Amino acid sequence: MRKILSKILSASAALAAGLVIAGAATGGAGAAEKLKVGFIYIGPVGDFGWTYQHDQGRKAVEAALGDKVETTYVESVPEGPDAERVIEQLARAGNKLIFTTSFGYMEPTLKVAKRYPKVMFEHATGYKRAANVSTYNSKFHEGRYILGQIAAKTSKTGTIGYIASFPIPEVISGINSLMLGAQSVNPDIKVKIVWVNSWFDPAKEADAAKALIDQGADIISQHTDSPAAMQAAEARGVKAFGQASDMKNFGPNAQLTSIVDNWAPYYVERVKAALDGTWKSTDTWSGMKDGEVVMAPYTNMPDDVKKMAEETEAKIKSGALNPFKGPIYKQDGTLVVKEGEVLPDKDILSMNWYVKGITDKVPGQ
Amino acid sequence: MPDVTILAAVLASIVAAATPLLLAALGELVAERAGTLNLGVEGMMIVGAAVGYATAYGSGSLILGTLAAVIAGTLLSLVFAGLAIWLAANQVASGLATTILGLGLAGLVGANYVGTRLDAAPELHIPGLSDLPLVGPVVFGQDAFVYASLILLAFVAWGLSRTRAGLVLRAVGESHGAAHALGHPVRRIRTLAVMFGGACAGLAGAHLSLAYTPFWASDMTAGRGWIALALVVFSAWKPLWLLAGAYLFGAVSILQLHVQGFGLGIPAQLLSALPYLATIAALVVISALKRGQGAPASLGVPFVPDR
Repeated sequence: MRKILSKILSASAALAAGLVIAGAATGGAGAAEKLKVGFIYIGPVGDFGWTYQHDQGRKAVEAALGDKVETTYVESVPEGPDAERVIEQLARAGNKLIFTTSFGYMEPTLKVAKRYPKVMFEHATGYKRAANVSTYNSKFHEGRYILGQIAAKTSKTGTIGYIASFPIPEVISGINSLMLGAQSVNPDIKVKIVWVNSWFDPAKEADAAKALIDQGADIISQHTDSPAAMQAAEARGVKAFGQASDMKNFGPNAQLTSIVDNWAPYYVERVKAALDGTWKSTDTWSGMKDGEVVMAPYTNMPDDVKKMAEETEAKIKSGALNPFKGPIYKQDGTLVVKEGEVLPDKDILSMNWYVKGITDKVPGQ
Repeated sequence: MPDVTILAAVLASIVAAATPLLLAALGELVAERAGTLNLGVEGMMIVGAAVGYATAYGSGSLILGTLAAVIAGTLLSLVFAGLAIWLAANQVASGLATTILGLGLAGLVGANYVGTRLDAAPELHIPGLSDLPLVGPVVFGQDAFVYASLILLAFVAWGLSRTRAGLVLRAVGESHGAAHALGHPVRRIRTLAVMFGGACAGLAGAHLSLAYTPFWASDMTAGRGWIALALVVFSAWKPLWLLAGAYLFGAVSILQLHVQGFGLGIPAQLLSALPYLATIAALVVISALKRGQGAPASLGVPFVPDR
């Protein structure tokens, strides 16, 4: 059996590498004057979540700048050595602007960028830049503050269920933002958190939703990518929030709203800049006011709740409200943000603690 | 009373979580007992999920969808059989190629269905029995796939150990040379076993996309085909231990979510690993107790008849 297993491992590694190269090779070779723009995705474009929305952004670029650009994408590329090969392949194939759309592509992007100084790179959700590497991200936590308020107003049991993926700062700041929003409406609100340790595993996400509902949660929020939790909530007759895409179709009676990723404005702007020759390495962290974080229509809730959500949304857009505005206390009661101050961006991007009121512990701490 | 309701809900979730694993693993068990190691389970499962969903969505019939899923899984298994059995190619490589082909095909078939949904396959309701507390929802309130998996399990367990066909199939898996000398059509028998595996994997895929999470998304099997493969090995190729393994895996996967919900402070990463640890531990103990129950002797060895 050991022999078979080692064979399996070596063969799968070889085949996986071959698959990636074959995938990259499908990128088209076209007219010379067009700007070639490459995209590398962590998941399949059919995930209806993270990668799906990045691909919608790519399509928006094609729609907006049709005859001036030619786009290529490579999907389902694991983070690690394969990513570097694929990014390099995209650069060698003549792509002048390359979007690398997952956190773990950070080092591979920088390595390839060094070897191709004339190619422009855009890395999503990272924090390391270079002369030809920009970074960009969205403030999804702004939307989660609104979810928290809606949940606290709507919940009858006083318990919000939260399906989380991995304990990284982005997910933890999302949980905190939701909790702060909820506490602004009901100081006694509870949140139950279940980690599924996956971004995308529909059956497991559905199981997590059912477990939370069985334990008394009547509002389900998620930081995973599939609509499975929404569907489970619909089947059990509770309410839920969608993620990445508008999931109303999966929960016609369950969906309160969804936080929709909208990369199109940024992608179109950056490709235009590359066409004009005005592209520069930048660090962009946009949010609701830039239209990158979009709330799906507020549904299945009373008018007063809807009004509150719309008001909060307007305040966040105008800058009058920041979810991480003090006073904010950690679980042990220490004051992290004083009254009248806001938590600096860099502290949000490295957040590894829960706010007061969450009874669970951050995994691994 | 609410405690009974929660317990029933948890048990019902466990049964549902175990079912796709049991179905896929059962088919693979038969293929392996005949001597072929088909690593294409994940691919056959995802193709079943995609084709099943597309057919059910197009026709409005879950039964047609399920049938299409079974046929799709079987057809893909024939690709593997052609390579590994009739061309005597390396089984490991052929199986992996089948999985990769399946993932690609499924993405293609499903591309137009991303973002759509179906109504889930209904839970069967038997008046009287389904309303019993606890037993009702767990035993009599499941969807048809659950009952199909148990009926298939009984059929395989009985067929392998109690019928002449089962004896021949095992003989082919233990010593294809001897079986061939006795005049048994080794390659044909193996092909049938692999086709059964494909059908079961397709059915498992249909359970995911038609009942468990009734929508289509690429990669929605999320590695369950590989878990099914591991379960076959750890169950020492015994159908009843396979049942135990699949249900244990399902139980721990569901219970760890509940433990997290109660906020006991156990690291979530450890809890996520628990289904694997518990299943490996339990099945290793079982196989250690019963020595001499190794893999079929001809497993993974291509058969080329000499004249």
